Amino acid sequence: MASTTGNADATPDVNDGVEGEDGVRRRDFINIAAVSAAGVGGLAVLLPLVSQMAPSADVLAESTTELDISALDVGQSIKAVFRKQPIFVRRLTPAEIEAANAVDVSALRDPATLDEITKPGHGDVLVVMGVCTHLGCVPLGAQEGENKGEFGGYFCPCHGSHYDTAARIRKGPAPTNLAVPDYEFTSDTTIVIG
Amino acid sequence: MIRLVGILIGLGFAFVVLLSFVTGAYTAATEEVAETAEYAFHEESHGPADGYSFDGAFGTWNYAQLQRGYQVYKEVCSACHSLNFVALRDLGQLGYSEAQVKAEAATWQVPGINPDTGETEMRQAIPTDYFPNPYPNDVAAAAANNNAIPPDLSLMAKARHHGSDYIYSLLTGYQEPPARLLEEFPDAAPGPGLYYNPYFANLNLAMAPPITTDGQVTYADGTEATISQMSADVAAFLTWTAEPTLIKRKQTGWPVLGFLLFATILAWLAKKQIWSDAKPKRRKD
Amino acid sequence: MSFPWAKEYTPQNGLTKFFDEKLPLPRFVYNAVGAGYPVPRNLSYFWNFGVLAGFFLVLQIVTGVVLAMHYASNTQVAFASVEHIMRDVNWGWLMRYTHANGASFFFVVIYIHIFRGLFYASYKPPREMIWLIGVVIFLLMMATAFMGYVLPWGQMSFWGAQVITGLFEAIPLVGPPLKTWLLGGFAPDNAALNRFFSLHFLLPFVIAGAVILHIWALHIPGSSNPTGVEVKGESDTLPFHPYYTAKDGFGLGIALLVFMTFVFFLPNTLGHPDNYIEANPLSTPALIVPEWYFYPFYAILRAFTFDFILPAKLWGVLAMFSAILVWFFLPWLDKGPVRSGHYRPLFRKFFWFGLIPTMAMLFYLGGAPAHEPYVMLSQIFTAYYFLHFLVILPIISSIERPDPLPYSITEAVLGSDKKAVLGENAEPVAT
Repeated sequence: MASTTGNADATPDVNDGVEGEDGVRRRDFINIAAVSAAGVGGLAVLLPLVSQMAPSADVLAESTTELDISALDVGQSIKAVFRKQPIFVRRLTPAEIEAANAVDVSALRDPATLDEITKPGHGDVLVVMGVCTHLGCVPLGAQEGENKGEFGGYFCPCHGSHYDTAARIRKGPAPTNLAVPDYEFTSDTTIVIG
Repeated sequence: MIRLVGILIGLGFAFVVLLSFVTGAYTAATEEVAETAEYAFHEESHGPADGYSFDGAFGTWNYAQLQRGYQVYKEVCSACHSLNFVALRDLGQLGYSEAQVKAEAATWQVPGINPDTGETEMRQAIPTDYFPNPYPNDVAAAAANNNAIPPDLSLMAKARHHGSDYIYSLLTGYQEPPARLLEEFPDAAPGPGLYYNPYFANLNLAMAPPITTDGQVTYADGTEATISQMSADVAAFLTWTAEPTLIKRKQTGWPVLGFLLFATILAWLAKKQIWSDAKPKRRKD
Repeated sequence: MSFPWAKEYTPQNGLTKFFDEKLPLPRFVYNAVGAGYPVPRNLSYFWNFGVLAGFFLVLQIVTGVVLAMHYASNTQVAFASVEHIMRDVNWGWLMRYTHANGASFFFVVIYIHIFRGLFYASYKPPREMIWLIGVVIFLLMMATAFMGYVLPWGQMSFWGAQVITGLFEAIPLVGPPLKTWLLGGFAPDNAALNRFFSLHFLLPFVIAGAVILHIWALHIPGSSNPTGVEVKGESDTLPFHPYYTAKDGFGLGIALLVFMTFVFFLPNTLGHPDNYIEANPLSTPALIVPEWYFYPFYAILRAFTFDFILPAKLWGVLAMFSAILVWFFLPWLDKGPVRSGHYRPLFRKFFWFGLIPTMAMLFYLGGAPAHEPYVMLSQIFTAYYFLHFLVILPIISSIERPDPLPYSITEAVLGSDKKAVLGENAEPVAT
């Protein structure tokens, strides 16, 4: 298609504007401002797009669990559910408490005493997350007849982590002790987790 | 060729649809269309005289009113109507403290399972529970209500045109059927177990007037519980249950529109700026 | 693309040079929507709507993917999962209202885009393929929107699915089994809801593919323009960037202002209250209507009430589908040499005083209850609809004497002080 409009060269390049002596010209300022505004708007849109994937209100509402442990006898343990994850509650026997206190804390992989793990006045109630700190399997030992591992606490069958009677890691690949959730005793027999 | 076929098809469709028109017009001309009672006596919904606090683009919740409305729902409506999509924890949005929500939740009974026997039994509700359904299933609801299942109220304010006004009008609109109605449309007289209400789509509904006397509810905040007041309060409460995010939505809207206006003005200036040198040069010849 | 004066992409630094050699995506974008695409300089704001349609497609895909993360396509929980999105999911209400109103605005934009094409006869050679792909996109959009409306499993969802699949029953012999097959049952239920969800997720990506073909086909002859006179030289065009990117940016701002007003302040205005009632297969709403963007075609469907050889229902279905299919044949029905309605006095009259009022009335009548006078009115306008495209258009395109065209786009822009001369693609007009 030949140009039939003579020497009409009418497609000015906006970028060839010479920069004035007083720096950035007004035209550049407006264009930069408009593009910046579009950028700010785009970033603002990310807020709802990202936060919609965070836990929704109904999930957050379930983040406290109330537990009645009045029926928990010495040596027994129960499993409960907290945030869709298992919680182990065990009432330790005097022998288990003794075994836990006899350990040289400084030699542990994740040093902690039983008193630090339990609540004051309730030193015999061990409350831990039933989630192995290695890769998240549920350890055995919270139920009658399950393998409690070499140290009489919990044993994770996935990769062989052994926890002692204070739920501290003693052998195997797990890096830390079983996690202790935030909880408190609201009465002698009621604990609120979360 | 395509055009010839097209013309024939076009004339064909036009012919057939005009045949429909002719038969329709003939029917319309020869048969008298009976006026229906619904058409003649149905009235448009209206809200309370002073409107609602959440009306308009700048509306806000009146928390005292929502709490009163909750009380009306609890003491009057909840005997028959469920609120399936609302959780008791949501009451926290009405200005109740966490402890109050817990205490309020404990006043409701929900179906549960006995942890020892596995039998179903009623238990005290906790905030994460949803409002309980007054009937175990639809059959029970129909059996208890003369075959008319009381609808769920969670979304009622959005499930009708001008829902908040509709609820208010319906609750305050019960009346004796007008003499003219009985005269002109004897069939439209409310049958047994039905009540005349000009705001209901077919004029007669199965729900007995739920709010009948001033002071039916004793408001905790001392507000005088007139029929109009209770109806407006529960309509406001049901507007909240239908869309708890209503006010957040409007309040988010203003900054968004403000920013867009600002950005659009900038875009306009940039466009004008860029196009300022876009005129072509004139031809020389 | 075919213009010799189109700017050549030159990579500026090492990275862009690397890309240009291995995967010339920057060059592709530069030539498609950058400075390398020369566009007629006289485009009006009606030419903004293609870019706007692309924007709404992306918006629908983004918000739709988000909603799909929270939605459950099972009749037991679908309605509750939508309420979960509205109440509990962070910003879920915004996502859903944006998606629901986004569908409406996508159709607003598409209808303006289509009627721009109809007035300026953008379907004429050499742009037939762009138009044909566009009609396919419109059909895909209708299918996607219909299935999306079923997903919340409200009363209108259910009865809409019932009525629309019921249309297939009108087909002789295979109709009833076809409907059962489409639904995977005898009424809309889990099987239907699941397949609708699956297809509703798939089709937008098919649309995106068709859009790429649409734009590809557009870049072969280049954009049309309000005069309908083809580009003759460099002075007739401007580079897409920055001129039309700036103009489209401004247009997008205006569109978003209107759109966001609906999302934040009138989010349920374009919807139907009955869809906030959970689907109940035992109780039909008093008035079943589709979403507003289907109204014209719904009006055409309902206009046929008389059994003439074939049952009225079958006529309605045939007419409804033909109403869109006829668009496929426009490039061959409208044979006149001049494109733009500005230079076609007869065509223009029928467009503004025939087609536009007809469409407006069909939009209104499709949502009206099915009794008189609405039915009779929709019959008259349905007749005009078919007469316009299939009879009037072919006839006026052969008898019409177009107004003189400007010699070139440049001359049209400058408002030539010389006497307008005929474009090369116009028949001479006796003076």
